[in-house]
Amino acid sequence: MNNSITQYFRKEMFPHIWCPGCGIGIILGAILRAIHSLGWEKDDIAMVSGIGCSSRITGYVDFNTMNTTHGRALPFATGIKMANPSLKVITVMGDGDCAAIGGNHFIHSARRNIDITAIIINNMIYGMTGGQYSPLTPTGKFGSTAPYGNIDQTFDLAALAASAGASYVSRSTIFDVNQATRFIKKALLKKGFSVVEIISDCPISFGRINQLRTPVQMLEWIKNITVPKKVWDKLSEEEKEGKFPTGEFLDIDIPEYTERYQETCNRIQ
Amino acid sequence: MDKNKSVKVLQGNEACVEGALLAGVRFFAGYPITPASEIAEGMAVRLPKLGGVFMQMEDEIASMAAVIGASIAGSKSMTASSGPGICLKQENIGFAAITEVPCVIVNSQRGGPSTGLPTKPSQGDVMQARWGTHGDHPMIALAPSDVNEVLHITIKAINFSEKYRTPVMLLLDEVISHMREKVNIPTREEIEIIDRKKPTVDKDNFLPFKADEDLVPPMANFGSGYRYHLTGLVHNEKGYPTSNNKEVDQLIRRLTNKVELNKKDIIIEEEYLLDDARVAIVAYGSVARAAERTVKLAREKGIKVGLLKLVTLWPFSDETINRLAGQVDLIIVPELNLGQMAREVQRAAEGKCRVIPYGRVDGELINPVEILSKIEEESK
Repeated sequence: MNNSITQYFRKEMFPHIWCPGCGIGIILGAILRAIHSLGWEKDDIAMVSGIGCSSRITGYVDFNTMNTTHGRALPFATGIKMANPSLKVITVMGDGDCAAIGGNHFIHSARRNIDITAIIINNMIYGMTGGQYSPLTPTGKFGSTAPYGNIDQTFDLAALAASAGASYVSRSTIFDVNQATRFIKKALLKKGFSVVEIISDCPISFGRINQLRTPVQMLEWIKNITVPKKVWDKLSEEEKEGKFPTGEFLDIDIPEYTERYQETCNRIQ
Repeated sequence: MDKNKSVKVLQGNEACVEGALLAGVRFFAGYPITPASEIAEGMAVRLPKLGGVFMQMEDEIASMAAVIGASIAGSKSMTASSGPGICLKQENIGFAAITEVPCVIVNSQRGGPSTGLPTKPSQGDVMQARWGTHGDHPMIALAPSDVNEVLHITIKAINFSEKYRTPVMLLLDEVISHMREKVNIPTREEIEIIDRKKPTVDKDNFLPFKADEDLVPPMANFGSGYRYHLTGLVHNEKGYPTSNNKEVDQLIRRLTNKVELNKKDIIIEEEYLLDDARVAIVAYGSVARAAERTVKLAREKGIKVGLLKLVTLWPFSDETINRLAGQVDLIIVPELNLGQMAREVQRAAEGKCRVIPYGRVDGELINPVEILSKIEEESK
C-alpha cells in the first residue's frame, strides 16, 4: 500500500499559490492523512470550497472537486450530498469565507445536521485580498482595513455550530497537527454536520501588520493564545481574555438530514 | 377519448411543475417569494413521491448553489423565484455558465425595481435575464404566453440546459403564473427528453472541458468515476485555472458561441398573419396573447397587421426581425416595460422600417384595444 499522501495530489497543478510559511499546507496534510487512514476511495469523495487562499485546496487534490463562489461552499455541497448521499462530502473554507459572507449557510447547514464535514482554516484575516480584518480577527489586532485596531468582537464558530445543531465540533491549531488530524478523522466519520476549526497562520497578511513577521513567531503566538478546553474551563473571565479554547466541544449522535429525508420519502411513497 | 391523455385545469406555476417533472427534474431548491411560491409548493408535494429532492434553503443564493451542486451530482435541477430573488441568484448563475452546469431558473416576473409590485405582472427582467450576471456569458431565455405553453416550454428549457450545458431562464410573469387554463398533459412517450452527453473516453484521457464539434463538452457527474475540478475561475480544457490569453479567449468565445451558433435549434417563435402584413407586432409572454387579438381587431377594420410571437428571447431572433423589417412599414413592440426588447428589435431592424415601443409599467396588462389604438395613431 502506498502510504504517501502525495498520491492524493494533482501534481500537474503545482507549484501552489500559497506564500512561504503559510499554514494551509500543514492543514492540507492533516486532511489527507485523515482521509488516507480511513482508506476512502478518491472517487467517493467530493471536496467543495469557496473563495480565498484556503479554498484553493480543492484544485490540488485528486477527488471530485469544486471551487465555488465566495461563502457558498456549503450550499453547493448540500446539493451534491442530497443528489448523491453516497458521496463523502467535505467543505474547506477560510474564516472570512465561512464566518462572514457564508455565515448564514454555516448556521443552516448545522441546523439541518446534514452529513458534511466542514473544515475551517482560521488564519484570522482575509489573506488573498491583502489582509483585511475578518469576523475572526481578534479584537485589538490590526488589518489593512483596521489600521487603528479591530473593534469588532470575535466570532466563536465552535459555539455557534454547537448551538445551531451540529453533531461534532472541535478546534485545533497548526501547532498541534496530530490533534488536528485526529479531529478531522473523527469529523469525517461522524454521521451528521461536523465542524473542525483549525487556527492557522498568515505571516504575510496578518503577521507583518501585527509584529509577528515570521512563521515561527506566528506559531509561537498561536501556541500562546490557545488553551486546552480542560484548562480553559477553570480560567477566570479575565484570564480568558485574548485566548481561545481548543479541543472537542461536541460529539453527539442525532438524526441526520439525508436519512430523515429518505425516511420521509419512504413514508409517503 | 384516449385514456392516457390527461386534461387538467392548471395554474401556470402548476403547469411549470408538471412540465419540469415530465422532463426529468428530480431536484428543486427554492426560497419563498411571490408570485413564484406555488412552484416550490408543488415540488414539495411531488418530488419526494418520485424519489427526488425538494429543499427549501435558507436564502435565494443557497438555493441557486444547491441546484448547481445537485446537477453536478447528476440530477436535473431547477429553482424558481422572482425579481429580488433573481437578483440574489445572479452570481451563482454566472458560476453555472462558466462551469457549464445544466440548470433552469424560473423567473415569475413582478414589477420592479426592488420590492416593487409583488402581486402585479411585469416584463421588466428581460434584459436582466440576458446580462444579469457579470462578464460575457451565454444565456437562453424562454417566455411562454399561456398555461399550456408553460408546460411545453418548461420541458424545452430543461432540454436546452442539458443539451447545451448552460443555465436556462424561464420567464413567466405574475399573470401567466397565476392564471388557470386547460392544459393537455402529454405522456412521457409523447415528449422529447434530452439528457446531458456523457464522456465516451476512458477516465485517464478525460478532459472535462474539451468540447465536441457542437462546442459542448460531455459532462461527467460527480461520483461517476471521472474525477475532475470545477472552478468559477477561467479554466483550460483540464478544468484548471488559467490566465493564458489564448486559453481565456478560447473559453469565453466558446461559451457564447455554443448558444449563438446553435440559434436555429434554440429559437422558438410563431408567425401569425404576417404574409400580407404592413404592420407587425413583435410580442412575447402574456402580451403576445393580447397582440393576437389586436391582429384580429385590426383586420376587421381592414388594417393589415400580423404578429411575430417570440418564445425564445435569448439568443435574440435577429434574422427574423431583419427580414420582417424589410417587409413591413412599421413594427410595434408592446411590452410590460419601457422598451427593453424594443431596443433589440430596433437594432435588428437596421433602419429598414420604423420600430415603435409601447410600454406599460403601471402593473396592469396591455389590452388588445390599446395596441390597436397605438397602431392607428402611428399609421396616420
